[in-house]
Amino acid sequence: MRTLTALLAALALVATACGDDEPEQQTATPETLTILAHDSFANAVSEETFATFEAETGIEVEVLAGGDAGSVVNQAVLTTDNPIADVLFGIDDTFLSRALEEEIFVTHESEHIDTVPDTFRDPENRVTPIDYGDVCFNYDKAFFADSDVDVPDDLDDLATSEFAGLVTVEHPATSSPGLAFMLATIDRYGEDGWLDWWARMDEAGINIVSDWDTAYYAEFTRYGGDSPIVMSYASSPPAEVIFAEEPLEEAPTGVIEAGCYRQIEYAGVLSGSEHPQSAGELIDFMLSVEFQEGIPETWFVFPANQNAELPQTFVDHTIIPDDPTELDPDLIAENRDRWIDEWIAVMEG
Amino acid sequence: MRKVRWGWVVVAAIPTIFIGYFFVYPLLRILGLGLSELSIGASGVEARLLRVGWFTVWQAVVSTVLTFLAAAPLTWAVSTFAFRGRRVAMALATVPFVMPTVVVGTAFVALGFQESIVAILAAHVFFNVAVVVRTVSTLWSRIDPRILDAGRVLGASNWQVFRTITLPLLRPALAAAASIVFLFTFTSFGVVLILGGFQYATLEVEIYRQAVTLFDLPLAAALAVVQLIGVSGALYWYSRYQERTAASWTLERGTNLRRPKGRTRWTVAVSVIGSLGILVIPLGVLVSRSLAGAFYRDLLTDDRVAGSPLASVGNSLLYATMAMVLATFIGVLAATVITERSGSFSRWFDLTLMLPLGTSAVTIGFGFIVALGSPVDLRASYWLVPIAHALVAVPFVVRSTVPTLRSVPSETREAAAVLGASPFRVWREIDLPIVTRAALIGAGFAFVISLGEFGATSFIARPNTATIPVMIFRLLGRPGTVSFGMAMALSVVLALLTAGVVLAIDRARFGELGTF
Repeated sequence: MRTLTALLAALALVATACGDDEPEQQTATPETLTILAHDSFANAVSEETFATFEAETGIEVEVLAGGDAGSVVNQAVLTTDNPIADVLFGIDDTFLSRALEEEIFVTHESEHIDTVPDTFRDPENRVTPIDYGDVCFNYDKAFFADSDVDVPDDLDDLATSEFAGLVTVEHPATSSPGLAFMLATIDRYGEDGWLDWWARMDEAGINIVSDWDTAYYAEFTRYGGDSPIVMSYASSPPAEVIFAEEPLEEAPTGVIEAGCYRQIEYAGVLSGSEHPQSAGELIDFMLSVEFQEGIPETWFVFPANQNAELPQTFVDHTIIPDDPTELDPDLIAENRDRWIDEWIAVMEG
Repeated sequence: MRKVRWGWVVVAAIPTIFIGYFFVYPLLRILGLGLSELSIGASGVEARLLRVGWFTVWQAVVSTVLTFLAAAPLTWAVSTFAFRGRRVAMALATVPFVMPTVVVGTAFVALGFQESIVAILAAHVFFNVAVVVRTVSTLWSRIDPRILDAGRVLGASNWQVFRTITLPLLRPALAAAASIVFLFTFTSFGVVLILGGFQYATLEVEIYRQAVTLFDLPLAAALAVVQLIGVSGALYWYSRYQERTAASWTLERGTNLRRPKGRTRWTVAVSVIGSLGILVIPLGVLVSRSLAGAFYRDLLTDDRVAGSPLASVGNSLLYATMAMVLATFIGVLAATVITERSGSFSRWFDLTLMLPLGTSAVTIGFGFIVALGSPVDLRASYWLVPIAHALVAVPFVVRSTVPTLRSVPSETREAAAVLGASPFRVWREIDLPIVTRAALIGAGFAFVISLGEFGATSFIARPNTATIPVMIFRLLGRPGTVSFGMAMALSVVLALLTAGVVLAIDRARFGELGTF
């Protein structure tokens, strides 16, 4: 019991010590800046990623991996009083409303913001767009070369018996591309018609899996599965070329332009940061042409800065859809749960 | 007034502070934060939660039973017979335990297990067979054969001997294995998500969904409490059962394995192959895929996808060593406290140490982030990952050392004390030598748990260190034949590393006791 009492006393002490520091105006240049990011961003960061920034400013950049995008936003919200990082990276439009609602960011107008398309921008500059990626159907070229079936060019084509059992998509409740594609169908067919399309797909035998890994590496015909059409990214064909076992002249997969959804990823200065100016400069660096041109080959998404040039592999082997879907973040935040429930009722009911 | 034994206070304080600061306190902070805003009443939510709760319990019970059935033939064979390849068979059975869920999920889908309840149960069996085999065989192989022979001489059939003598003697180990498999499957996350789709959600999946995707922290916290109550209930039942059935019989110091003769050889072979077959087929898929190109060479030379995968082996070994040292140190001290003190304190202390095994990764991850920011900000520390691994590994160390410590007759300690030895000297001279080997078994589990990551770190904001599982996720996150092939090859490397560690431990544990 003695130990227990001592422990409780110690815990109480710790708990009171958890008082918050008021956010201060930055007085000096910090030694380090910390970025909290989702795993797929953090895992691909190397020594060189921020080397130029570190050399120019003398500030060391540390990157924390915080799980998936949702987990990262939650962690930022839970630590507003005692922030774990200066910059949050990797928030996309499906989580944006939640973050803005909680006011976890301070405004920062990047010096490069004019290089970004207007549609990407947050009018109040609380977050800065860094990259975008298009979630699109990929098809296996080898399959369609040997088949009587033509590559579909419209979502309506897919909902026929011709494509029965040939299409795999991810579940909108467990997967980010799955959610993106569900939003694309809502945009395409409207609130009144989108569930009809899914009901037709269900009848035609669409295959639903929980995540991208399973869709691509277990169901895709290219990797021994049964589906020549899977929901993936516009950047997947160039990745197939870059990460091929034998050098390839042409990408073995292609992108179907119908049903693409554009995900924009943002960075923001966290409101509790003690070094908001330096954190802002770090975001400026991330939007600079130098950093932006490295984005495609590091994270397989596209630079938000329109002055950044794409690597040749990306120019040769993919298309950037002319008219991808984007929905208003507020609309998504308001309706997402209901949409997913309705989708589940149709597909699993 | 009784003299305060300061040495004992220190021994008790270290594990108490560890579990208190890194588990109980973060847990209370995050649950407190969530529950303070709770308002239940959203229509339809309760119905879904009831369904989720029912499914969680149901699948955990069925998974546990199936795991026992699948493990039984192999457990019987390795506990009764000495045969060539026995240790290799046991090491092989341990490999699934550390395989990343994503990798296993892909293999299961490739084998034709589409999203279904069958796929979930099969994967649970695949992951947990090792727990049953290792836990039960340690005890089984040390049953005095003379007791069994006595039964046979008196005219009992083999079945009667097994049912009336062996089975009752094995009860503590069976209960221990059942409780661990139940905890693992009760809190199953990745398997259910990947192989179950959305219609099959466990409490763990629902906590994730509420907290991370729907931002309903209050409801997530309420669910976490429900989950904790379920887990505590199972553990409480287990500890009571252990006390009731603890048989006071002396185990043989060495194992009693016979060489199988005649027809028995075939029975043994069929049993081993039968149990291992379930495990080897999915692993075979990985191996064959890893050999579809020069992917092992790529691991050494190809830096296109993920820098140097080889460096990740070093990182994993370093983390695993840190986690092992930490878990063994804390676990042995805790086991000393548990055996020294009897009664309810000891029982609750033991139960609390087991809880991290049955607590959702989301709860622990978010708990860390709200609780460990001050007085010293540990949240970005490199120690966070080994600490999280150690939390999960400590129960294994405790389970493997407590039985050994209990086997030391208290008269031995009292005699030493009467002769003037200080409590520390008694511990050093009597308990420590005996506990070393048993602790080694626990240490091995700690090492293996850390190698496999176990999802404990999925929701902790942590420095970006590329361990083997992290590297596999990264490779699997990229399209391309090389990315996929290297992910498979690195998974096989992880499997071999695990088998190697387990084989080394099995050699070291020879002649020693330890059960869960």
